[in-house]
Amino acid sequence: MKALRRLLDNIKPHVQKGGKFEKLHSTFDAFETLLFVPNHTNKNGVHVRDAIDMKRTMAAVVLALVPALLFGIWNTGYQHFLSLGQEVGFWAEVLHGAIEVMPIIMVSYIVGLGVEFAFAQMRGHEVNEGFLVSGMLIPLVLPVGIPLWMVAVATVFAVVIGKEVFGGTGMNIWNPALIARAFLFFAYPSKMSGDMVWISGLSSGTGVVDGFSGATPLGDAGSTVALTNSLTAALEKGDTLAATGLQHQIDITLAKMPTLWDSFVGIIPGSIGETSTLAILLGAAFLIYTGIASWKVMVSVFLGGFVMALGFNGIGMNPLMDIPALQQLCLGGFAFGAVFMATDPVSATRTECGKWIYGFLIGVFAIIIRVFNPAYPEGMMLAILLMNTFAPLIDYFMVQGNINRRLKRASVNA
Amino acid sequence: MELFNIFIKSIFIDNMVFAYFLGMCSFLAVSKTVKTSFGLGIAVVFVLAITVPVDFLLTKYVLNEGALTWLGADYATVDLSFLSFIMYIAVIASMVQLVEMIVEKFAPALYSQLGIFLPLIAVNCAILGGSLFMQERAYESLAEATVFGIGSGIGWMLAIVGIAAIREKLRYSNVPAPLRGLGITFIVTGLMGIAFMSFMGIQL
Repeated sequence: MKALRRLLDNIKPHVQKGGKFEKLHSTFDAFETLLFVPNHTNKNGVHVRDAIDMKRTMAAVVLALVPALLFGIWNTGYQHFLSLGQEVGFWAEVLHGAIEVMPIIMVSYIVGLGVEFAFAQMRGHEVNEGFLVSGMLIPLVLPVGIPLWMVAVATVFAVVIGKEVFGGTGMNIWNPALIARAFLFFAYPSKMSGDMVWISGLSSGTGVVDGFSGATPLGDAGSTVALTNSLTAALEKGDTLAATGLQHQIDITLAKMPTLWDSFVGIIPGSIGETSTLAILLGAAFLIYTGIASWKVMVSVFLGGFVMALGFNGIGMNPLMDIPALQQLCLGGFAFGAVFMATDPVSATRTECGKWIYGFLIGVFAIIIRVFNPAYPEGMMLAILLMNTFAPLIDYFMVQGNINRRLKRASVNA
Repeated sequence: MELFNIFIKSIFIDNMVFAYFLGMCSFLAVSKTVKTSFGLGIAVVFVLAITVPVDFLLTKYVLNEGALTWLGADYATVDLSFLSFIMYIAVIASMVQLVEMIVEKFAPALYSQLGIFLPLIAVNCAILGGSLFMQERAYESLAEATVFGIGSGIGWMLAIVGIAAIREKLRYSNVPAPLRGLGITFIVTGLMGIAFMSFMGIQL
């Protein structure tokens, strides 16, 4: 620790005003404040200091993501060897997962931080620490089969269009990690959805067990919707042979739906970090305990999703509606979005009452999109983006309501 | 149920701004504060709620081929649909005049804030688009056309109020100088469009 401090102190004169590498000031500053809590003070006014500054906050979120990441690494390997029909043992699975996942994380961090540093140098502001979290979130919401160059392109898009054009950390309207995912989802749909992308090595197709399907549970349930539709059409035409075949296909697909326990623990195909609700809840407990993420948002997202799913269970028009409400909350990106994406303090609502509305609507919309939109079974990301869009509006009405209430009170007293 | 579907569809799925990029000029120009844009939104809802059903009746009883049969058997072959554009615009222009008078009388502050954009509703493509979509999608009853008009208006209002709230928040952001004003608004519109793509493809 001492040696590190001495090293920094040695470099410092060169990068300060008048030094040889004056231009690199913000780069140096970023590393210094990352390693040591800075002792900058305000020039005037009241100054409240807390050891938990923004870099420490971000580091805490990254720490909360670790269980989901570790589980994701193991699950990547596990699913890979499952698709090959091999038993290789725990460590081999972890090793394979690490080989697949680590490059994605490295690309995301290197590219993202590169863009961040470049912007900080050009615009002359300090390097924003927000990317520490985004850089970890982006790999965790991507399928493992994604080409690395797409990760790089999406990261650049997210950092530049999602964040830097608004002025950097703390000023963006949408969550940059979600922008990255939505960008990939709409620009390269074939690499972001379907049966092939969720498990590493599946698209090459060598040695895969016969009849193995790599679709996510939600993708499976979504495909049965189309099957059900063609079944009805076949029955109307009186084509019993085709109808029997289709019915058989539906039964097979539905029989493959994981149990509630499997989807809770997360032994299912899906994006790297989002499968295990258990690991995510560990992170959530840590975030709530440290007070970094808003528990109100998390609770209301789960509440909204649960209420909506329960309502759809009552209607039950298609297989997606029939998924039990508790399982809806464990499948796909729901838990991950609720805990790590919706609670992003920048893009969420700022008012306390607004957080309840915001979270509840995310849950509701996520289930609606999932159930009604066969094209996007993973509706969580889009639901959060949508509510990010309207978060300022919710805040506006909350603040206005408060102003009106207090005005009324004032006029009564006068 | 059919009416409810049309209503939801016209607000979210076929949103005038994000699905068809109609009515962009006032959407970009009047969205600086929530209050003003809310007023303009209400005006658009009002105009759409009246022009679409009126145009529906016009189409059904005057313009379509054979619509004039009620005048007598001689008119059964008359097809006036080539007049639909000019008729729609006439209806819209007169409606906007009415709205302008109402707003000036009852909300003079809003009237001065909206300025030129209030009469410009007459050439707001969302309004003409509403009538043309009504014709193209061939809604069957007056109720359907009315619900569609109100729904499209509310969808447009939701969009402009949403972007106005974002722009109010953006005042505290450190947007790069070349992008300030319209530039960042275009980017915000595009990103809002991505968020609204979640509804695309939903079948009701």
